[in-house]
Amino acid sequence: MQAETRPGADPRPAADPQPEAEGRGWGLITGVTVALLALGALFTTLLATGRWWLPPVASAHGAEIDRLFYTILVIIGTVFLLVQLTLAYFVLRFGSRPGTRALHWHDNRRLELLWTIIPAVILVALTTMGGLVWARIHTAPPPDAFTVEVTAEQFGWWVRYPGPDGVFGRTGPGLITRQNPLGLDPGDPLGGDDVVLLNDLRVPVERPVRVFLRAKDVIHSFFVPELRVKQDAVPGRTIEFWFTPTVRGEFEIACAELCGVGHFGMRGKLTVLSPDALEAWLAEQGH
Amino acid sequence: MEAAIRSERAARGRERASRSHHEPSFVRKYIFSTDHKVIGIQYLLTSLFMALVGGSMAMLVRLQLAWPGKAWPVLGAVFPDAFRDGVMRPDFYYALVTMHGTIMVFFVLTTILSGGFGNYLIPLQIGAGDMAFPVLNMVSYWLVPPAIIVLMAAFFVEGGAPGSGWTAYAPLSAVEGSAPGSGLGQTLWLISLALLMVSFLMGSLNYITTVLNLRARGMAMLRLPLTVWALFVAAILSLLSFPVLTAAAVMLLFDRHFGTSFFLPEGLVVGGRALEVSGGDPLLWQHLFWFLGHPEVYIIIVPAMGIVSEVLATHARKPVFGYRFMVGSLMAIAFLSFLVWGHHMFTSGMHPLLGTAFMTTTLIIAVPSAVKTFNWLATLWRARIRFTSAMLFAIGFVSLFVTGGLTGMVLGSPAANTYFHDTYFVVAHFHLVMGSAALFGVFAGIYHWFPKMFGRLMNEGLGRLHFWLTFVGVYATFFPMHFLGAAGMMRRVFSPQVYGFLQQLEPLNVAITASALGLGLAQFLFVYNFGYSLFRGARAGRNPWQATTLEWYAPSPPPHGNWDEAPPVVHRWPYDYSLPGAGEDFVPQTAPEPAVVLAGGAPAGGAAGGGEGA
Repeated sequence: MQAETRPGADPRPAADPQPEAEGRGWGLITGVTVALLALGALFTTLLATGRWWLPPVASAHGAEIDRLFYTILVIIGTVFLLVQLTLAYFVLRFGSRPGTRALHWHDNRRLELLWTIIPAVILVALTTMGGLVWARIHTAPPPDAFTVEVTAEQFGWWVRYPGPDGVFGRTGPGLITRQNPLGLDPGDPLGGDDVVLLNDLRVPVERPVRVFLRAKDVIHSFFVPELRVKQDAVPGRTIEFWFTPTVRGEFEIACAELCGVGHFGMRGKLTVLSPDALEAWLAEQGH
Repeated sequence: MEAAIRSERAARGRERASRSHHEPSFVRKYIFSTDHKVIGIQYLLTSLFMALVGGSMAMLVRLQLAWPGKAWPVLGAVFPDAFRDGVMRPDFYYALVTMHGTIMVFFVLTTILSGGFGNYLIPLQIGAGDMAFPVLNMVSYWLVPPAIIVLMAAFFVEGGAPGSGWTAYAPLSAVEGSAPGSGLGQTLWLISLALLMVSFLMGSLNYITTVLNLRARGMAMLRLPLTVWALFVAAILSLLSFPVLTAAAVMLLFDRHFGTSFFLPEGLVVGGRALEVSGGDPLLWQHLFWFLGHPEVYIIIVPAMGIVSEVLATHARKPVFGYRFMVGSLMAIAFLSFLVWGHHMFTSGMHPLLGTAFMTTTLIIAVPSAVKTFNWLATLWRARIRFTSAMLFAIGFVSLFVTGGLTGMVLGSPAANTYFHDTYFVVAHFHLVMGSAALFGVFAGIYHWFPKMFGRLMNEGLGRLHFWLTFVGVYATFFPMHFLGAAGMMRRVFSPQVYGFLQQLEPLNVAITASALGLGLAQFLFVYNFGYSLFRGARAGRNPWQATTLEWYAPSPPPHGNWDEAPPVVHRWPYDYSLPGAGEDFVPQTAPEPAVVLAGGAPAGGAAGGGEGA
């Protein structure tokens, strides 16, 4: 007690930038700002869902991805608001006040375990949920799937259909020319009926579509937002994936991996149409 | 009596100082200095300069995204090669994107946090006179300016700066002719990074050795301030991860110039030209890059966490909550950060089973991050907060870390990632959590330690204004980017007008650019404050914040060798704020155990001891 009044014991230097009395006014402003930003984030997100948001889903597995996303969004949204508002409240409430001291309290094993275990439990649930959806997307394609090959190059998408025989002909990089962009082997009879088109992919509705994805030069990424499909095309690999379109219409194929100076313009067209219409169109291409 | 002890100590210190008195030349003192404080400040100023460069690049990127195809005659006159008739060229745009990322990640955030604060704070906070290897330290800094010169030279060579992104994915970065900047520009980029990696390696060896060997008497590991713990953990991460990137960079240089094909598969046809390569794999580059790349984001955020813990405790006048859990969670984050790199590669064609494994590790790393967040909140509970600029930025850090961190739950789940990967959702996520949050850590650190570094206080009014504008500006700029990503807008598009589904995003892009420009302009308040306070700021004294750690025991600024009085001896942990019964609301680490319990109300034994001490 005597030490408090002893002038020599005061190590405070000449310049004290922070008179303790300033605490409360600034606390109010800071706390309210943090709270307003958090509520603003919530409000703008709700507004954005009406205008700048995921395009309507157009594939079977896409609906599952959306469900997963919304589940995670509700969880993280709740945690976001709780934590930000707690922060705002503490900042607002616990500004410095002359003559009082903070609580000298710095350890509580029970609390620490509580906020280790609760996030862990939530994350186990999220991991399990996410893992199940991921596994279902990556099951083997059904045997009756419609098959197509997509080859990416700077800056377009080559589409190849196997033709009436249902089998792709052999290709070789050494055979690639301007007229033969995929390097089809003219000696292979299976390749005679293959159909090759640029930036024009047509697939049937309500039937699994199996894609063999390749790249000639650098890495690209096959992205159709409405289908919730994104898969990198990697040179040297043929990557297989499948999806089932559920909505007829025209969609854009975007490149989602930086692939050079024309990356932003690497746009293809995906048309989802009825199986009959597709058959008729394919037959036309064969001639 | 304490006054008497102080003056006696000061006299001893003056004696020591005069014994070792020999004025080094200007060059040895301020340029090729081996003093850790000078080196720290060199890193700090270099990084701040690079932040202006990298930030300006971001502004140009934002201009293009808001108004693609618009002519900017003034910019066209300044950069005649980069604009055609005042309209930005796509190759320049991609060079800007690449260099902005490279500069901000490596030459700003890493150099300022590990290089700047690491050098300045480690010896002072552990009570040492300098680093373990002062000359190595000097060399480590002096590799940075050449690295910067080599990097910036890429803008002036044929083909320009590389346009393959800061991640430099092969084959785009490996094959000349696959992109305009993939000629000499890409080579210079690789050499620059290799130089910087060597510099970081020297730095991290130095930090680790210093922390382990040069601690003052009584400074047990569990008495280290959390800043030092964080910098120590980040140094271990650097030591283990940067050599991998160095190796990858050298392998890529070999692919480019010496005919190897580590990253190039058979059958590559670029621009209609078949390449004579075989046997490599482009995904190998991604694995090597992200094996560094993910720890790298923790090399950045971990020191910021340390700074924030320190600043929160000091200005809240309250001990850091859960010190041991804070240290433990740092170590858990560091360990896990080596096991999560694959979450950058969910859509890369990597086996789906690996996706499941990396999802698990990625979501686990959220647990120690949550522990830290709740401990920061608990630190503020029943605190007595002083709203200094440093404190405001630390509070801002917590808010941004939460906002940016939570969206990691979406991106870390591979099925959801399928949609959001490589969209602006990712850009929003990492700009909030590792860009802005880390930058808030940097600002908190600068406002907090500026008085120690330069002996003068920064202007608090300007500092607070800087905080409000930056805090609101960061949210206004980066939060709406989540919506761009939700709408499917891809990263690294030169013009969002090409795709039909992106047309509707134009007003959002304009609003974001407006916020970004405001945010950028607000930083000049900081530049002005920094320069003004350097010469005109109020004198700080030893311990302007009434803090407990050892650096405040030294004069401001500390002399060469750091301690004018006898080197400090540590008697307690670093967070004895508002200790009941103590005379002041803080007890320095140097205060002997019994001598502090002075006032009434303390336990009988303590009071008796205190009475004797007083």
